[in-house]
Amino acid sequence: MTEKFEVHEHDVLVIGAGGAGLRAAIEVLNQGASVGVVCKSLLGKAHTVMAEGGVAASMGNVDPADNWKTHFRDTMRGGKFLNNWRMAQLHALEAPERVRELEQWGALFDRTDAGEIMQRAFGGHTFKRLCHVGDRTGLEIIRTLQDRGVQLGIDVYMECTVTRLLKDGDRIAGAFAYWREQGRFVVFKAKAVVIATGGTGKAWKITSNSWEYTGDGLAIAYEAGAELMDMEFVQFHPTGMVWPPGVQGILVTEAVRGEGGILRNKLGERFMEKYDPKMMELSTRDVVARSIYTEVREGRGTEHGGAYLDISHKPAEYVKRKLPGMYHQFKELADVDITKGPMEVGPTCHYTMGGIRVDAETGAATVPGLFAAGEAAAGMHGANRLGGNSLSDLLVFGKRAGEAAATYAKNSGAVKIEQAQVDDAEREMLAPFDRPNGESPYEIHRELQDTLQKLVGIFRNEGDLKEAVKKIAEFKQRAGRVHVDGSRLFNPGWHLARDLISMLTATEAVARCALARKESRGAHSRIDFPNYDAEWGKKNNIIIKEGGEMKLRERPVPQMPEELKQLLADEK
Amino acid sequence: MAEVVMAVHRGDASGGKPVEYTVPLAPGMVVLDALHYIQGHLSPDLAVRWNCKAGRCGSCSAEVNGKPRLTCKTRMDSLPSDKPITVLPLKAFPVIKDLVTDVKWNYEVNRKIPAFSPRPGTDWKMYQEDVERPQEFRKCIECFLCQDVCHVLRDHGKHAEYAGPRFFVRVAGLEMHPLDGLSRIKGMRNQMGIGLCNITKCCTEVCPEEIHITDNAIIALKERVVDQFYDPLVWIARKITGSDGR
Repeated sequence: MTEKFEVHEHDVLVIGAGGAGLRAAIEVLNQGASVGVVCKSLLGKAHTVMAEGGVAASMGNVDPADNWKTHFRDTMRGGKFLNNWRMAQLHALEAPERVRELEQWGALFDRTDAGEIMQRAFGGHTFKRLCHVGDRTGLEIIRTLQDRGVQLGIDVYMECTVTRLLKDGDRIAGAFAYWREQGRFVVFKAKAVVIATGGTGKAWKITSNSWEYTGDGLAIAYEAGAELMDMEFVQFHPTGMVWPPGVQGILVTEAVRGEGGILRNKLGERFMEKYDPKMMELSTRDVVARSIYTEVREGRGTEHGGAYLDISHKPAEYVKRKLPGMYHQFKELADVDITKGPMEVGPTCHYTMGGIRVDAETGAATVPGLFAAGEAAAGMHGANRLGGNSLSDLLVFGKRAGEAAATYAKNSGAVKIEQAQVDDAEREMLAPFDRPNGESPYEIHRELQDTLQKLVGIFRNEGDLKEAVKKIAEFKQRAGRVHVDGSRLFNPGWHLARDLISMLTATEAVARCALARKESRGAHSRIDFPNYDAEWGKKNNIIIKEGGEMKLRERPVPQMPEELKQLLADEK
Repeated sequence: MAEVVMAVHRGDASGGKPVEYTVPLAPGMVVLDALHYIQGHLSPDLAVRWNCKAGRCGSCSAEVNGKPRLTCKTRMDSLPSDKPITVLPLKAFPVIKDLVTDVKWNYEVNRKIPAFSPRPGTDWKMYQEDVERPQEFRKCIECFLCQDVCHVLRDHGKHAEYAGPRFFVRVAGLEMHPLDGLSRIKGMRNQMGIGLCNITKCCTEVCPEEIHITDNAIIALKERVVDQFYDPLVWIARKITGSDGR
């Protein structure tokens, strides 16, 4: 390769500095390999900070009857049995150890009277299982991992965006990226790459996701030949803010319900009695989101089109101590005192269950040298994720992916990157500046968000999904013609022009998989196919690039051993 | 629809000036919404940092009408609309472009702080009353508003010899961790220059997490520095034993 670009070389390159990326990087160093972490924002700002309610681990500190088997069963039931059983098992087995490890690195969780880590109830979890710090658990976790990483000496490339994976024949050889600050390009040479870039929620209009969640990792992995799986399963968190308009979509933690919050419609009815009389407000997210949506659609919504969520029956001091973030968020942004009256809430796009298809033990994707962990990887959560299982997922599988990537890197020879690949990546990035005319990427992004919100939302049908596939194809045409104003220096419009390409790839996969799955399961609800279908319950949808086109395949859901089947058959 | 004029800093390291944009108002709108409107409709290359838009990540700091604020938590209806709303970058750090400043210095200071280091043989039991004090400090979202407003950095530019309130808060969190076995007090006095702080409480006033930075972190650390370095009995004992007081 020529000297044209700045080059950095590591055994393992981790893309993304949320919980999964940082945990992976720590593990690469523990294995004695070198690691670089690239992140789109400043270190410590990734979406892990937005995780509020807690990390699920069957430590049994509050409910001693809890154990990994119950956690496994809850996870599989929540995922409507489409999960990769082995991932769900490893996750349930290893989560407690991963949480204890955080404590040994300095994390300070809330405590029980006996001096153990405090655990709270959450939707779909049989026992009180979520280790937490008020409603800012994600911040505690990312800060702990960040401090640990800094202590071990991880090289972090902040405000640096990967636009393409580079290959040496069939295997991964690194990545092409650009520094936001100056707009300069940079090449990372690595024997293994771990993708930990999260989901693609920013493609929807009402979303809890920030500008970063544009499906980059999914899109670049797909372009490099990796398989995507279960892309139809997009989680709409039941409780986002609905009013005022500027705050629409901002997350209202499930911990409000975990601490005893009650949902009511405008008639004052506790409507969860109709939809899930057993679990009520602590039903799984797919069920609660559909219930709120149905109440609103049938005319029983609140003034601004949501439901009431009320925690004001609890003592004000308790609410302020256990939910301080929510207290301030509503007071400052919505003029609502949640210790005195109800919040207005409605569903918001929150999480991508689908992602890169990986090996359960190692997080290895189907491309040699490519690994994925956290929200970017598929399989762990099946058709619906339980609250609290994301923070534990990223710890368990971040560690596993880091370990496997380091081992892979140590056992493989040097990689070579051909100049032509790098030149092509550079050409793609510079193209929007070269077009004298063309529309703004912001306009296409707005239309994409409206389209997905309307056509690929909580309830879906064949006509809408076909229309969505058609529109996404049109957006792709338009995205190839966008023009960017200004210079390469810290230019958000330029950045969005690239993010848009990733969002379109990822959401095309969502729409195609959703169109194919002719049943309702978990987060995927088809009005035209409202029931479970036993045949579809045995299949995962797979997306792969072949001959330059997006192809849809099916794979059988892996079958679990008899003893685990027995576990699932047992009643509580 | 009601409108408001925003005067937003445009420019880079070589200089810049406020540029006015007219933005339509919506109920409950925050300053960050107005900046996003400018990006999406008027000037797509306006550089702004943001992430969560919910006051939890500390990315969108700026000086709104002269006050260091998180733009995602600053309601437009809390600001006078009869004159332009000014949005300027943080003053304590060099401008990269528009509202984005170079905050790398903070990450360099952070790297020098000795990490959590558990006492040998610890049994990992902690009680709520013991963790509550350090938990307050761990609420910090690293928005760097306290660094921006601190006159030691803002007006005197003593970045080389002073760590700033953010890192006093971090050290306080480590020093008060019930199971930590290190002392960082010597570093506080020497490399981190806590003596330069003259407790004007500006940092506490701007903290969006309402951490009592001055009272609970800085004064507590200053007391520990005094106990260790300026207590006459300790001083005499150190002279006799030849110890440097860690």
